[in-house]
Amino acid sequence: MVNYTTEISEGMVVLDAVLQIQAESAGDLACRWNCKAGKCGSCSAEINGKPKLMCMTRLNTLLMDEPVTIEPMRAFPPIKDLITDVSWNFEVKKRIKKFKPRPPDAPDGTWRMYQEDIDRVQEFRKCIECFLCQDVCHVLRDHEKHADFIGPRFLVYAAALEMHPLDTEDRLGELKDAHGLGYCNITKCCTKVCPENITITDNAIIPLKERVVDEFYDPFKKLVKLFRKK
Amino acid sequence: MASNLVSITRRSAGQTMRKDLWWVTPLVTFLGLGAFVVYSTWAAFQGEHYRFIGNGANYLSPFYSPEVLGSATAFFGEKPGWIPEWLPFSPAFLILWGPGGFRLTCYYYRGAYYKAFWADPPACSVGEPRHSYRGENSFPLILQNIHRYFMYLAVIFILFLAHDVYEALWFTDAAGNTTFGIGVGTIILAANVFFLGGYTFGCHSLRHLIGGWRDELSKKPIQMSAYNCVTCLNRRHMLFAWLSLFVVGFSDIYVRLCSMGIWTDWRII
Repeated sequence: MVNYTTEISEGMVVLDAVLQIQAESAGDLACRWNCKAGKCGSCSAEINGKPKLMCMTRLNTLLMDEPVTIEPMRAFPPIKDLITDVSWNFEVKKRIKKFKPRPPDAPDGTWRMYQEDIDRVQEFRKCIECFLCQDVCHVLRDHEKHADFIGPRFLVYAAALEMHPLDTEDRLGELKDAHGLGYCNITKCCTKVCPENITITDNAIIPLKERVVDEFYDPFKKLVKLFRKK
Repeated sequence: MASNLVSITRRSAGQTMRKDLWWVTPLVTFLGLGAFVVYSTWAAFQGEHYRFIGNGANYLSPFYSPEVLGSATAFFGEKPGWIPEWLPFSPAFLILWGPGGFRLTCYYYRGAYYKAFWADPPACSVGEPRHSYRGENSFPLILQNIHRYFMYLAVIFILFLAHDVYEALWFTDAAGNTTFGIGVGTIILAANVFFLGGYTFGCHSLRHLIGGWRDELSKKPIQMSAYNCVTCLNRRHMLFAWLSLFVVGFSDIYVRLCSMGIWTDWRII
């Protein structure tokens, strides 16, 4: 841990302070950032122990009578200073079955769907891939289950595809086995840190868990399916 | 100046850089749930003072409703003779496993008690005591997937409790005449049904089964309205979970203390 001191002024966010330190006293301080508007998801870090976007955390919301701690995300391998290697996330995304729409509804090759059906999915589309939810998830952060569990970000991604009114692909078997949905123990930490306020646990993960129960754990549903097939 | 290169090691139990009072929520959860489990177990073992019939009232504690077996007013009458005397018996034993299982497997409570009782994790971004982790992927926690069956039972219990409120609206005088009335106990039992209903009908499993499983709800307008209602309650699931827990416990305390003659039930109408 390195201590830096800098002058702060009204309205400054944590990223402003880091950039000011870079300019004043630590030119080689590594930090990833881009939009400074909470939309690119680049400046994720742990501020006073809480996963947050540096550009959206005002200094006047933090206790200033003691030093502010800024750490890199702990769920990913560190590269330098505040930068971590998040490439694992992009590999995980490739493993999830892609969108597979039903045949077009109209002869011109277009589809028809209602806003109320797409509302649920649109919430998930707000994700800016800051990976704060992955960072705070104890399954990845503390238990390092990166090989067995895809994490909340990609459960949201899978939910957006699974619940899409046009999608016909079945991902439930993979979600249960290869993607490790059962590892989630519903701590709701992912929901708490999401800068886009996506209700990750209640609207994405739990509905996916329920769909997996339908398919694999509910004997009554299995019986109904058996009779329907006949 | 120290090196800028970062090395991250796994944090040990309770270790964190958080500066807020992160331990308060799990502690309150531990005390709240712990107190309820201790009290409800004690109350279930009592096997008496669960019905108040003083002043013509007819209040039944929700811990003992429906009264299946164990008294003259129970569905199947008195405790059968073939149950050995040495075996602890209480009418509550026959039913409490239903609502108990519903809460135990509830998605909200699971997250809460994994933190408060098992420190898995103690709080968000706080170090854990154990290295190994199986989650709800294997036995025993894979059994949490039974939640929807407990939900079906919980809905039936709500119907019985609503019937108890109806019974609590009728008071019998010394001459044996039954008249409509409202006592403090009636209001408490009604509040119990209200909060338990808010909790039960906001259940995540119900939300899924009533329509969440569909990708095109717009084709089923009635189902969509039901889904929206459950979703509305589901947003306040934590609030209803705690309020219903408190009120159901208090309902038993109220009936018990009235039945023991310690509290007086005031008749309002």
